[in-house]
Amino acid sequence: MLHTLVAYVEDKPGVLNRIASLFRRRAFNIESLTVGHTEQLGVSRMTIVIDGSQTSVERVEQNLYKLVNVLRVDDVSSLPAVVRDLALIKVKTSPQTRSEILQLAHIFRARIVDVSKTTVILEVTGDENKIEATIEMLRPFGIVEMVRTGVVAMVRGPGRFDPAEVAAWASATRKPGERDANSNISSSV
Amino acid sequence: MQLKGAQIIWECLVRKGVKVVFGYPGGAILPAYDAMLDYPIHHVLVRHEQGATHMADGYARASGTVGVAIATSGPGASNMVTGIATAMMDSVPIVCITGQVGSKVIGSDAFQEIDVTGITLPITKHNFLVTHPEEIAQAIREAFFIAESGRQGPVLVDITKDAQQASAEFEWDDTPVRLPGYRPQHRPQSAELQRAADLINNAQRPLILAGHGIIMSSGCGEVLAFAERTDTPIALTLLGLGGVPASHPLNLGMMGMHGEAWVNSAIQQADLLLAFGMRFDDRVTGNLQTYAVNAKKIHIEIDPSEINKNVNVDVGIVGDLRETLLELLPYVAERKHAEWRAHIDGMKGEVAVRDIQYLPDSGHLYAAHVINDLWRLTKGQAIVVTDVGQHQMWEAQYYKHEQPRTLITSGGLGTMGFAFPAAMGAKFARPDTEVWAIVGDGGFQMTAAELATAAQEKIKINVAIINNGYLGMVRQWQEFFYERRYAATPLRNPDFVKLAEAHGLVGIRVTKRAEIPSAYEAALAEPGTVLVDFRVEQEDSVFPMVPAGADLHAMIRRPSPLAETAADP
Repeated sequence: MLHTLVAYVEDKPGVLNRIASLFRRRAFNIESLTVGHTEQLGVSRMTIVIDGSQTSVERVEQNLYKLVNVLRVDDVSSLPAVVRDLALIKVKTSPQTRSEILQLAHIFRARIVDVSKTTVILEVTGDENKIEATIEMLRPFGIVEMVRTGVVAMVRGPGRFDPAEVAAWASATRKPGERDANSNISSSV
Repeated sequence: MQLKGAQIIWECLVRKGVKVVFGYPGGAILPAYDAMLDYPIHHVLVRHEQGATHMADGYARASGTVGVAIATSGPGASNMVTGIATAMMDSVPIVCITGQVGSKVIGSDAFQEIDVTGITLPITKHNFLVTHPEEIAQAIREAFFIAESGRQGPVLVDITKDAQQASAEFEWDDTPVRLPGYRPQHRPQSAELQRAADLINNAQRPLILAGHGIIMSSGCGEVLAFAERTDTPIALTLLGLGGVPASHPLNLGMMGMHGEAWVNSAIQQADLLLAFGMRFDDRVTGNLQTYAVNAKKIHIEIDPSEINKNVNVDVGIVGDLRETLLELLPYVAERKHAEWRAHIDGMKGEVAVRDIQYLPDSGHLYAAHVINDLWRLTKGQAIVVTDVGQHQMWEAQYYKHEQPRTLITSGGLGTMGFAFPAAMGAKFARPDTEVWAIVGDGGFQMTAAELATAAQEKIKINVAIINNGYLGMVRQWQEFFYERRYAATPLRNPDFVKLAEAHGLVGIRVTKRAEIPSAYEAALAEPGTVLVDFRVEQEDSVFPMVPAGADLHAMIRRPSPLAETAADP
């Protein structure tokens, strides 16, 4: 199962390197990692997707917490969350195929952001499944190049994670795979 | 007040109570060295920066406070890597200060530039690159706080030359350090304590596995109180030795690859393991698939990432060991485990006759005899610092430690060359205590250059070289697992007595067991560092032994003394 972790980290030089180094050293397999600014000055937010069958999610959380610059880590996989990936896909077109591609774009609610005589660039946003489906449908036309941002996630509802607040340490004493329903992760969102 | 960055470094160290630093000067750290002369801190000039880190490590382990090492940029900093990694693996609080090239030329491959914060990223608890004088005080304050709180460990502060040269306003901030992402304190929850107590109160064959954490948390007394209340025997890891008096009836001795057979058998037969401040290293578990399969497991550990890492446990409690035990004690009932303890004693009795102590020496000098005799002669009161290999395991088996922080050894990283400099560091921390470095002839030569440091500092330590002319532990593996093909293990050594004398020190050679007491007296009488070259049996092996990755109960046992004597011409 894929797990989505949201990590708040201090926006300092070298922090991304510390996290990448940790994953490499501990041989953690990650599916995707994104990082960007947050509403708070000096705090960056990472979304990390891990294949739980390859890498213990608890170990990733525990080891992230050992980094002094990591403020808070939450596994949002079991929470209702908006999860989005964005892809730019440059597809070959010809007068014969262009309208079909435009139709597909419409179905997937992708936007056409560039058109040339022989290509279009589609911008598509959604969860990973939707992006994968879009790519599959476009592949027969010939994908010239593609770029994806990686997944970002936000829990639904009025709450927010507070990086200043300690996330549940219950994770340390959970049995592998067991989720803690009463942790303050869920109560604060 | 306005001070140069270089002065701020020492202002901070003085305020952190630092009395001695171990280091080596060079271009990028020169401003700091110049300022040092004006501060009441003793600097020990090492002969290689690795020695400085091991000395700081030995100082920290002997004193329970932070050890400090200092070096220049580039090769000075990279020479520290092994020492930092050693401290990291054994959770030892040291602070390493390195000079860095000027901030304007960072990244330009300047002379003696090295990315030491990048290099030490995975082997420090945290590190800092400081490029402005006004950041120095905060970085050093945070470095000490991180090094000595939570699971302790090494921290490196890399300070550019221009930051040392420029001036900044200095005011010592004595308030507690606040790092938003660093929360070393975890209070155990009562529900966890209750779950643990239920297992403890219902166990029939409980066993405590105590590690370095009992010493690092100053929780040795609490471990003993817990063991006595619940009548639970204690097995120690290599780094746990000394945490519980060897003479205490509940102390079984060392577990693991070269642990005593009764200890490993007890682990495999226990129905409850209480892991206190230890991390189920592969050297103590053997094959994880067959490790203590009958036992429920409780793990009390300060580092959450250690819980369920190697061994899945039934109850994991994150917290300082001492504080957690104090909270746990009221939950546990007084117990008696007479049957279980009698059973273990039975296993012990059977094995004890195999003990090499009872082996007649027949004119040979056995390493085990040397170490056992040193234990008797020092009355078990010395601080013993061991290197890595056969002598390290013999020391663990035959030197009976009664006090915490009297055995200092590189457990996790297994760093050859550690003992000699670390023993000097320990002596600086505990000048009134007799200090012995017990080293192999191989490992000693890795840091033997520090003989000059010992002579220059006029420091008094005793070095016992267990000299068998081989890289003994590797030779033993070759004997057991590689058909005695001794690839690159025989050593042609220098004359260690002359080597000592070349440094203006005293060397003593011992070739017979009968000479040990007089050599000891002579070493003790000498005011300076003494090398004692014990020419021991060349192809001796450490028993028992669990081959790497084998089941813990599948030990190669010690040959019986009778068989051995019979074979002896």
